[in-house]
Amino acid sequence: MTIRLEEVTRKMGAETHIFPTSMELKSGSLNVLLGHTLAGKTTLLRLLAGLDRPSSGKIFVDGVDVTGASVRQRNVAMVYQQFINYPSFTVFDNVASPLRRAGVSPQEIDQRVRSVAKSLHIDALLDRLPAELSGGQQQRVALARALVKEAGLLLLDEPLVNLDYKLREELRQELRAIFRRRESIVVYATTEPTEALLLGGHAFVVDEGRILQSGPSIEVFHAPASERVGKVFSDPPINLIGGRVTGRSAVLGDTISMDLPDHMTLLDEGAYRFGVRANFLNVRRQSDRDLEIEGCVELAEISGSETFIHLEHHGVSWVAQEEGVHSFGLGDTVSIFVDPDHVYAFDGSGRLAACPPYEARGGG
Amino acid sequence: MRIQKRTIGLIVYLVLLLLPIYWMLNMSLRSNADILNAFALYPKDPTLTNYVKIFTEESWYSGYVNSLIYVSINTAIALLTALPAAYAFSRYRFLGDKHMFFWLLTNRMAPPAVFLLPFFQLYSTFGLIDTHIAVAISHCLFNVPLAVWILEGFMSGVPREIDETAYIDGYSFPRFFATIFVPLIRTGIGVTAFFCFMFSWVELLLARTLTVTNAKPIAAVMTRTVSATGLDWGLLAAAGILTIVPGALVIWFVRNYMAKGFALGRV
Repeated sequence: MTIRLEEVTRKMGAETHIFPTSMELKSGSLNVLLGHTLAGKTTLLRLLAGLDRPSSGKIFVDGVDVTGASVRQRNVAMVYQQFINYPSFTVFDNVASPLRRAGVSPQEIDQRVRSVAKSLHIDALLDRLPAELSGGQQQRVALARALVKEAGLLLLDEPLVNLDYKLREELRQELRAIFRRRESIVVYATTEPTEALLLGGHAFVVDEGRILQSGPSIEVFHAPASERVGKVFSDPPINLIGGRVTGRSAVLGDTISMDLPDHMTLLDEGAYRFGVRANFLNVRRQSDRDLEIEGCVELAEISGSETFIHLEHHGVSWVAQEEGVHSFGLGDTVSIFVDPDHVYAFDGSGRLAACPPYEARGGG
Repeated sequence: MRIQKRTIGLIVYLVLLLLPIYWMLNMSLRSNADILNAFALYPKDPTLTNYVKIFTEESWYSGYVNSLIYVSINTAIALLTALPAAYAFSRYRFLGDKHMFFWLLTNRMAPPAVFLLPFFQLYSTFGLIDTHIAVAISHCLFNVPLAVWILEGFMSGVPREIDETAYIDGYSFPRFFATIFVPLIRTGIGVTAFFCFMFSWVELLLARTLTVTNAKPIAAVMTRTVSATGLDWGLLAAAGILTIVPGALVIWFVRNYMAKGFALGRV
């Protein structure tokens, strides 16, 4: 099965939720829609599902125009951010309901429900009502109902957002394994760059109703086509600072100067904006070539086993991500270091001008 | 000590509340002569003759039967029309939806007496006077809007995604509505039915005006006890007690959900 959007738009009154968008998704592919909240991810999913009708443009499934077809005639399954189950049905009946509607024989229903329940570890809960389950289990039921159908198009709208951290990690791993075994087109919407990277597959960076960039997740991550993509596909957002390239050297801001690293040697002279991911900023010097940014600590937040240090340097805020739990006093003067090989350069219109080298197969 | 004071206060309050009802019960168990003769805190010589009379005389018990018939018809009509209406109001946006929703409630703002004359004229023309259906339909005037408001509140509490999931799973609308949606809002339906029942059961003016004998409600029948010899207090009290019973029964069933109903389902 392939699904193709052709110049699809979606308007609500005077507001445009989706600007003309075209995309093509193939069977067995895992597609991640990555974008901030209100970027239009959900709207795109709803258009793909057929829950909403595009304001203009066409949708084709296997070459057949399905633009006006209702959701019942489409071969789709969907999982929402909220835990959506039928509260008056038991877990078994919940999972079985799409099969019952499709007229599958009772023996087959029983067998398929039990096998999918087993793979999602809810086989012991089949006789319970959804209200008697924990949030994680409820979402597993919703996932089971979407998976059991074996629809050609499986849509997941931030399915793990309402779960706590541990459960999210666990379920994400399982989902990744499940998606690998599937023939269907999987479309997974998320706001988290890490999730997009962990799931792999094909990333579509969505922002303000447009697809900014698409490609294999890792490539998009390493080579964001624009500043905006860099911001969306980076958590915490990529540090950006204006600067200039003159001759063989560059100045970041007004104070930090560096010799042009290899990937920037071809840059023309002029104004650029330079980007550094927070994880490449270290509090310890790694090599002699490192640039030093000295600043005053504005905030140090500890998240899990990492510390985010917010630093002010000549009127520009920097965020550095450090492994481990560190404590910094507010107002302390701290130096952070970055290897010039990890600096992005974006041109005046925000397009990527120089991209740090990366191994295509390497992890993020 | 404070708790005791409160307890005493509550007991006093309860006694005050129950006093009229107790007094009615007291009277209903005494004969008329006894009531007129002596003051008694409790029936010294309890008798069920009043109740027996109500249950054996057709002119009496038919009042209850008539009331129950039109109240049931009214509740059924109100629910059957309000369910789809409330669903539409809670799920769809259409031209003038908010105005229409508010307009529904304005029907409750005028006293029913205002509509008495048009109703009487209209029903006379169609030959509906003195039928159960006439009273049932006239009560819809204030029960349907109320039912729409209460049900809309309950329905809006059900996430729209449940509807969508059902369509994705392949449910047709009627099947989804009957097997998934209605069970979800059954509390709301119960509360709505209770409110419709209650309003219709206690409404006297329309019910009495639109009926003559065949569909005469119990409240109208009770006025019959006024005769040349004066009022039959005992009989009247027994009829009053019996009128309370159905309402009390219905309240018992929805007692846990009533607050939500009074808040029109928006809690």
